[in-house]
Amino acid sequence: MSPPDLGDLYQQVILDHNRNPRNFKRLETANRKAEGNNPLCGDRIQLYVRVDGDTISDIGFQMPQGSGCAISKASASLMTDAVKGKTAAAAETLFQAFRDMLAGGKNAPGKLAAFSGVRAFPSRIKCANLAWHALHAALQNSDEPVTTESARDF
Amino acid sequence: MLDVAKIRPDFPILERKENSKRLVYLDNAATSQKPRKVLDAIQHYYSFHNANVHRGAYALAVEATDAYEAARTAVARFVHAWAREAVVFTRGTTESINLVAATWGRANVRRGDTVVVTAMDHHSNIVPWQILCQEKGATLRMVEITEDGRIDLIDYGRALESRPRIVAFPYVSNSLGTVNPAAQLSKLAHAAGAVTVVDGAQSTPHLRVDVQGIDCDFYALSGHKMLGPMGSGALIAKPALLEEMPPYHGGGEMIERVWDDRSTWNKIPHKFEGGTPNVEAAVGLGAAIGYLEQLGLDNVSAHEQELARLAVERLGQIEGVTVYGPRDHRAGVVPFTYGDVHPHDLATILDKDGVCIRAGHHCTQPLMRRLGVAATARASFYIYNDVDDIDALVAAVRKAGELFGVLAS
Repeated sequence: MSPPDLGDLYQQVILDHNRNPRNFKRLETANRKAEGNNPLCGDRIQLYVRVDGDTISDIGFQMPQGSGCAISKASASLMTDAVKGKTAAAAETLFQAFRDMLAGGKNAPGKLAAFSGVRAFPSRIKCANLAWHALHAALQNSDEPVTTESARDF
Repeated sequence: MLDVAKIRPDFPILERKENSKRLVYLDNAATSQKPRKVLDAIQHYYSFHNANVHRGAYALAVEATDAYEAARTAVARFVHAWAREAVVFTRGTTESINLVAATWGRANVRRGDTVVVTAMDHHSNIVPWQILCQEKGATLRMVEITEDGRIDLIDYGRALESRPRIVAFPYVSNSLGTVNPAAQLSKLAHAAGAVTVVDGAQSTPHLRVDVQGIDCDFYALSGHKMLGPMGSGALIAKPALLEEMPPYHGGGEMIERVWDDRSTWNKIPHKFEGGTPNVEAAVGLGAAIGYLEQLGLDNVSAHEQELARLAVERLGQIEGVTVYGPRDHRAGVVPFTYGDVHPHDLATILDKDGVCIRAGHHCTQPLMRRLGVAATARASFYIYNDVDDIDALVAAVRKAGELFGVLAS
């Protein structure tokens, strides 16, 4: 097997979402919130979700200045794009597909497939998963901050 | 400069290729690599001299004890300790500091007392004192740092006005590379009536240490950062303090006599070494000290300072790079950030070229808050690094800039 290339990890869509993250805002109307921490690199994400009925009608995230690496920031940006307008159950299904991809399974749908290259960089899988863990906590309405260390799938 | 071409073959791991490139190991502040001499000493110990120490009535056990105690003598000589008995073997700096907090600290710190640490301390020289202060109802006072990354001596003086029981500080900062004026800090603390605890994790491997010259009360070191094995380390303390301190771990070896309901303690330093010690670690540390003494610690310091000076200069020429820490009085530690490229991404990109650096908060979160950054990248040098390694570092950093289209900030 040839060694993984940096271009596989930092695909153009990831670099773009790192530079110009979507839904990068504090959501005043949020009725679900969660904080995610990656204690290894100090990355922190604050996630805001507006759930109406069963649907994620709006979503936003913030990362304190300088605390998001390219992978975690782009992942948060693409995650918010992917789940907005979806039901909570559909979002959880996407999370499972994303996790499966990083664990070596088939690619997640749509732009989320851009993170398939992270598989070859085990030290960065937690960065890619951070925002999804925060989403999961927010949908569970858990007040406890989640950390990548408490997740059991690594 | 050291003759690196002669040193590198002593380190088997440096023969390893990283993505078919030479391994450029620049994370020496985290842990050092080990020379064959250390690996062989451990193998030799188990092959020819292994037995439990301090108790056997047979020749093999005497040899094991001799090997263990010879390592103690080596540590005492290496840091110019007051006596052999001043050296307590531990698992490393963290355990050494926890030992002081749990024994001298618990016996002497009372409600309303103050313990002083600095904003550049490693978590291992902060958290044990937080735990002690919370238990005792004492106050932890953190001394501020100056803008160029030194201990703020004015704030230090103010902190001493509270007449603290304990003053703890690092000899060399693991995050900034600052070499602190340990003798001066200790003298000022003593004048205020405190005992001093010096975190020597980053100084012992890199500069000539003289604990009697510094005149500290406690000095903690880790073997694994100075060519020795993981799990090796020591607490060096003034013998009079060790005599009066209560023990740490209860068990075998640390006792004199055991009654049904009480015990009396062994002589120092054995009073603090309950249970079968890590003899392999001590023997390996002794061999590491022998290796460093052959090179000469003044030569080691000069070599690393030259590499650090060059790295600061070369990284500083890249637009968007910010180097942290003081201009002078700096050990071989170079922390930096690069525009809006997160240090974690930087480390991944450098790794592809075989360059190993650390990215993160370096176990110094209070310091990171003061620097106003979530993380930094850190290159740290040792005896087997050379100018080629700095070339590789600088080239890889430039490559990261191209990949990310760095916006200088």
